[in-house]
Amino acid sequence: MIASMAGALPTEFVMTQISYAAVLPMLLVFGGAMIGVLIEAFAPRRFRHEAQVTLTLLTLVAALVAIATSARDHQGITAAGAVVIDGPALIFQGVIVALAAVGVLAMAERFTADEADAFTQSGAAVPGSPREAAAVRLGATSTEVFPLTLFAVAGMMLFPASADLLVMFVALEVLSLPLYILSGLARRRRLLSQEASLKYFLLGAFSSAFFLFGAALIYGYAGSLELSDIATAVQNQSGMDGLLIPGVLLVVVGLLFKVGAAPFHAWTPDVYQGAPSPVTGFMAAGTKVAAFGALLRVLYVAFEGVRWDWMPILWGVAILTMVVGAVLSVTQTDMKRLLAYSSIAHAGFILVGVLALNQKGVSSTLFYLVAYGFMTIAAFAIVALVRSSGNEATHLSQWAGLGKRSPIVAGVFAFLLLAFTGIPLTSGFTAKFAVFAAAVAGGGTWLVIVGIICSGITAFVYIRIIVLMYFSEPAGDTMVMTPTVMSTLCISLGTLVTLWLGIIPSPLLDLASQSTLFLR
Amino acid sequence: MHTLITLASSEPAATSAATGVTSYAWLLLAFPLFGAALLLFGGRVLDKAGPMIAVLLSWAACVVGVLIAISMMGADPSDRSHTLHLFSWVPAGTFDVNASLLLDPLSITFVLLVTFVGSLIHVYSLGYMEGDSDKRRFFAYLNLFVAAMLTVVLSDNYLMLYAGWEGVGLASYLLIGFWYHKPAYASAGNKAFFANRVGDVGMSIAIMLMFVEFGRTDFAGVNAAASQASEGILTAIGLMLLLGACAKSAQFPLQSWLGDAMAGPTPVSALIHAATMVTAGVYLVVRSHVLFDLAPTAQLVVVIVGAVTLLYGAVVGCAKDDLKKALAASTMSQIGYMMLAAGLGPIGYAFAIFHLLTHGFFKAGMFLGAGSVMHAMDDQVNMRRFGGLATLMKITWVTFGLGWLAIMGVPPFAGFWSKDKIIEAAFVGEGWRPWVFGLAALIGAGITAFYMSRLFFMTFHGKRRWTDDQHPHEAPLSMTVPMIILAVGSAGLGLILGPTGIITSWLEPVVGSAEGGHEPVLSVPVLTVLTLLLVAAGIALAWWRYLRESVPVVAPVGSLATRAARRDLFQDDINEGLFMRPGIHLTRSLVFADNKGIDGGVGGLAAFVGGLSARARRVQNGFVRSYALTMLGGVVVILGALWVVQ
Repeated sequence: MIASMAGALPTEFVMTQISYAAVLPMLLVFGGAMIGVLIEAFAPRRFRHEAQVTLTLLTLVAALVAIATSARDHQGITAAGAVVIDGPALIFQGVIVALAAVGVLAMAERFTADEADAFTQSGAAVPGSPREAAAVRLGATSTEVFPLTLFAVAGMMLFPASADLLVMFVALEVLSLPLYILSGLARRRRLLSQEASLKYFLLGAFSSAFFLFGAALIYGYAGSLELSDIATAVQNQSGMDGLLIPGVLLVVVGLLFKVGAAPFHAWTPDVYQGAPSPVTGFMAAGTKVAAFGALLRVLYVAFEGVRWDWMPILWGVAILTMVVGAVLSVTQTDMKRLLAYSSIAHAGFILVGVLALNQKGVSSTLFYLVAYGFMTIAAFAIVALVRSSGNEATHLSQWAGLGKRSPIVAGVFAFLLLAFTGIPLTSGFTAKFAVFAAAVAGGGTWLVIVGIICSGITAFVYIRIIVLMYFSEPAGDTMVMTPTVMSTLCISLGTLVTLWLGIIPSPLLDLASQSTLFLR
Repeated sequence: MHTLITLASSEPAATSAATGVTSYAWLLLAFPLFGAALLLFGGRVLDKAGPMIAVLLSWAACVVGVLIAISMMGADPSDRSHTLHLFSWVPAGTFDVNASLLLDPLSITFVLLVTFVGSLIHVYSLGYMEGDSDKRRFFAYLNLFVAAMLTVVLSDNYLMLYAGWEGVGLASYLLIGFWYHKPAYASAGNKAFFANRVGDVGMSIAIMLMFVEFGRTDFAGVNAAASQASEGILTAIGLMLLLGACAKSAQFPLQSWLGDAMAGPTPVSALIHAATMVTAGVYLVVRSHVLFDLAPTAQLVVVIVGAVTLLYGAVVGCAKDDLKKALAASTMSQIGYMMLAAGLGPIGYAFAIFHLLTHGFFKAGMFLGAGSVMHAMDDQVNMRRFGGLATLMKITWVTFGLGWLAIMGVPPFAGFWSKDKIIEAAFVGEGWRPWVFGLAALIGAGITAFYMSRLFFMTFHGKRRWTDDQHPHEAPLSMTVPMIILAVGSAGLGLILGPTGIITSWLEPVVGSAEGGHEPVLSVPVLTVLTLLLVAAGIALAWWRYLRESVPVVAPVGSLATRAARRDLFQDDINEGLFMRPGIHLTRSLVFADNKGIDGGVGGLAAFVGGLSARARRVQNGFVRSYALTMLGGVVVILGALWVVQ
């Protein structure tokens, strides 16, 4: 093996060819983020918000256009085998950018003049300190969330497009670090928010270590970190399974952490609760898409040859994730924690699709991610609107009778809950049907049975909220903020996509099933 | 030889697209449907004008029907069948159902009957329902009924026919329970509804069988495919269609609802439960004649059902003291005749329809007469409280009398021409059948004469047995004119259509020739004389018992047979014992199992999940060290499992 490695060493320096057209979308987002930092540094405070929102949205739209035009025509492995732009990568990037655009709309919500937006004035200050008070007096705002978001988006885009475990690790960190900060920027309940941020950081670092350790073991086995090389090694090489299989599992653990699968889910409820609601929505949608994209790439491209070794374990993880998500959501009393457990359960359902290990598995997973992403961003945007004495009214009891006070908001939220449940005419139904059908075709009938039982349990949770909103008398001083065009657009888009995918799912299903071939 | 003729006569006449006035046939449905919608949704503003609008729309449909009939008569007999495509109703891949109308002599005959008698009864209702505060709703339902009934007879496929079939069922249900504030009337509506559901299941199974076997449900397609189908399938389809027909036409064993249906206003009894809707079953069998011709077993069952019902209705009719219920029993019996004829094959189809037509006139006329009597006697229906009305209500007496003569088959009135032909046809054949079915029809004619005479004498003749403060009077013009017109029909329709051969040649393109060269086992003159003798005997017996002897105001206990007939030959008791009680016990035990077993299970499961959740929640304690430990534990378990497996 040493000999073969020596033979692979280049004899002279060759400049790496980078297909800039293929990576243009990512470059655009990185560039936008840089400009955002410069705006933060130099632009006067009163222009910053508008400038940042405009820049961020323009960047995302430009990236989307670049994906659809330039990158699509330049598919292939580029940057010395570090980045791969293929069908799945493109579609995952497109979905991430689209979800990010909708999520940014929710973050840009500032309500009317004297109402507070979701972000703190001074993220770096100790809560309750004179410095924070000074920042409040000054009327400071945290417009740095927008460049941070763009950095995270860029990391998310690189994550499913990395052709190399090391690049994948870098992408993982690039997407995670801004999210750690964003989680700590909630305006109200500052301590809870900062605690969430710290927890996310610590546990994220812990899981990154697993990922790196796994990558190291695999390097020991295959002599390369490139996914295609690993796939070749897995096929041609025998012995040394003692290095390979633990390596595979540790890498997968690192990815499962990002997805929020049990037993690596513990951070999810705390972080979802502490983070500002718009950030939670963006994070829940974007991270899931990116991490599942990476997971699919790793499992389908690199480790497919040893699937009989990791499949049973991932079966167990999927079942545990669905059960934990469903069962624990039953006793939640906080809306954001409830949605967090719901996200865990959904991660389990998506894993069911991933484990189908066929083309349908890829397309149905993708469909589920799109459906879940849009509904969850809209749901968290609504959570940000419902207030009680200035704070977000996240306790379930505060949502009682909302249907009487704000019929439209309650109606839309009820619709989204039905989508979470998987009722027909919502995207949730089509998505669940797609992953379950793929899993049955892939031999995962038992997984599907567990999935359906867990769906039943979660139905109770969601429908209980609908009952609470419509069949209980209003209590307390809960009120719904009047959203500006930003939130309205975000919620409308999320809801319309949920409805559209429930009624006419075939365009997206077709698109997804045309983009299921991973390049090796 | 018989088979050959059957097959030859089953060839459906060529059908062409509708042109000229026929292409306006959609108006037949549109007028009454529009009326129903207008009156139902129009609100109180239409309380006054609504009934008149309904009457006019009904007549408008009648005019369209007459115009189409005239244009059809002008055409060559081979060119009298047209289809009018309305829209594509169920376009489902290879299975494509169109909403289109079939206009041929058979359907147009029904259109004329339904719209003409229907319109007359609309007019009659103007007088009859004058004092009712809910007139608008009543007329809306009447229009709805006309629209639905026309859908039944005009549709060119079984699926659309089924839609109309349900429509007439709905209208019937709504009108039986029109005075729903009286619990007995409301439950009478329910009874009709339930009995009809049984039949509807049969109908729907028949249609599903057609869909499965032939892949089509239009008459032409089903008829064309039927010759290749196995007899078993055809028999199954035939029997299921018959089940539907039995429920709708109150034939044995689904006849129990018709007596109670008399709870509806009398015009409804005349239109729906005598002249038109209840004959839909006969229409269905005749329309499906190609299927029945190829399934002799199903045909035999049709004949048996007809024979049993005609005797059953006749016997029940002898014992009823309620004027309308006696008439209802008679309706049942007369439809039994039609069913019998329809089951006899090509020799019977035309006469089934002929008797249906004449019956439509004389029975509707008599029901309207009954309504007139009730109107005069403060809604009294007990015939033992009538008597001697002939002098006071001359028009009612004469018109009812003509109907009475017609139904008994006294020459030259309508029933003589139609019913005697059925009796003759029933005597055609070989072996035991002509004797059994022929004698049933013959004896039925005698019993009919008895119970109709009983009814007529008890109502219009003999001593006045009224309650004290009654002052009978003739009905207003709006009621008497329709009665007169129908009475003219009862008297003359048979003579015009029967001996001239108009009805048989008119229907021949659809149902085939009635002339099979078959002779009854007894010669025709002998049968005619026998029938007339029996009728005379029936009248004489009724005269002896109910005119010569006085009629007691309170019904005597009567013999066992009388008591049985009064109770509809225990029909309700049998239904109750056989279906209702076991059904109730079944539902009770199901409710018990649901409450104790399933609810308990579900509740227990929910409690289990809740408990599990509450316990598992404690793991989520907020300490990052515990979370990290969970993760590490997970990794250790995974790697440990791997180590164990390998």
